[in-house]
Amino acid sequence: METKSLGRDADGHLANRNDWNEKVAEDLAIEEGIEKLTDRHWIVINFMRKEFAEKGDAPSIRKLTKESGVDTKELYALYPKGPAKKSAKIAGLPKPKGCI
Amino acid sequence: MSQPIEKVSIIVSRGSLDGIYPGLIMANGARMEGIDATLFFTFFGLYAVINKKMDNIKIATVGNPAMCVPDAMGFGLPTWMGAIPGMSRYATSKMKKEMEKLDIPPVREFVEMIHDAGCKLYGCKATVDMFHLTKKDFCPQVDDIISVGQFYEMSAGAQIIFT
Repeated sequence: METKSLGRDADGHLANRNDWNEKVAEDLAIEEGIEKLTDRHWIVINFMRKEFAEKGDAPSIRKLTKESGVDTKELYALYPKGPAKKSAKIAGLPKPKGCI
Repeated sequence: MSQPIEKVSIIVSRGSLDGIYPGLIMANGARMEGIDATLFFTFFGLYAVINKKMDNIKIATVGNPAMCVPDAMGFGLPTWMGAIPGMSRYATSKMKKEMEKLDIPPVREFVEMIHDAGCKLYGCKATVDMFHLTKKDFCPQVDDIISVGQFYEMSAGAQIIFT
C-alpha cells in the first residue's frame, strides 16, 4: 500500500491533507478494520471534509448526527470504534479536538 | 505502554446541571473513543433520566461558593445572593447558552445520543424504591432498574467512575 509511505502525525492521521485521495481513503479504512467503504461511509467522510474545509476543525458527533444525514446508531454501525475519530482519519483530517 | 481503557461504568449521583453533565460527557466521550460505557443513575442523579425532570435541570446557586459573575473568572457572588428568586434560573440559562455554543446538547437529546451510541443506561433500584418511582417515570432510553449487585456484575472489567 502506498499509504504506508505517507507522513503521519502523532495520532497516526495524515500529516499533509494534500496527500489524500479516494484511494488513500480506502487504504486508511483498511488500516481501521473497514474492508469496504460503502456509500454511507462516504456520506460521513465527505461531510467531515466539507466541515473541516469551512471551519478548520472536524465537526462534533452531535453535528455529525444532526447534519450529515447519518444518525447516531448508523454512525456507530459504520465506524464501531468511534465515528468522529475514525472517519476523520479516513478523511485525511487530524483527530477532532472537541469533547462532544 | 500502559493498558488502554476498554470499558467504563459511570455513576451519576447528583441532580444539578453541573452534577449531571460531567457523567454524560464522559460516557459520550468514551463511546467516541470506542470504549464500552455504562451509565448508572442514583439518588438525584436519576433526574437526568426522569421524563418530567430531565428538561428542567438547573445549576444550584444556593450553597455554591464557586459561583462567580458575570462568568467563571468574574467576582465571587456572595452566597446569600444565590438565594434571590430567579438566580438559579438565570445562571442555568446563561450556562446553557455557553453549552449550546460548544455543541453540548440539552439533557434529553444528550441521553438519546448516548443511548444510540451503544451506552447502556440503568437506574438505581434502591433510589427508585425510596422515591416511589416506577419504570414508567423514566425516559425510554433507560434499559433497566438494577440493584447495586447487578451494577457490579455488569461492571466486570470496567473502570468505575463516580460523579
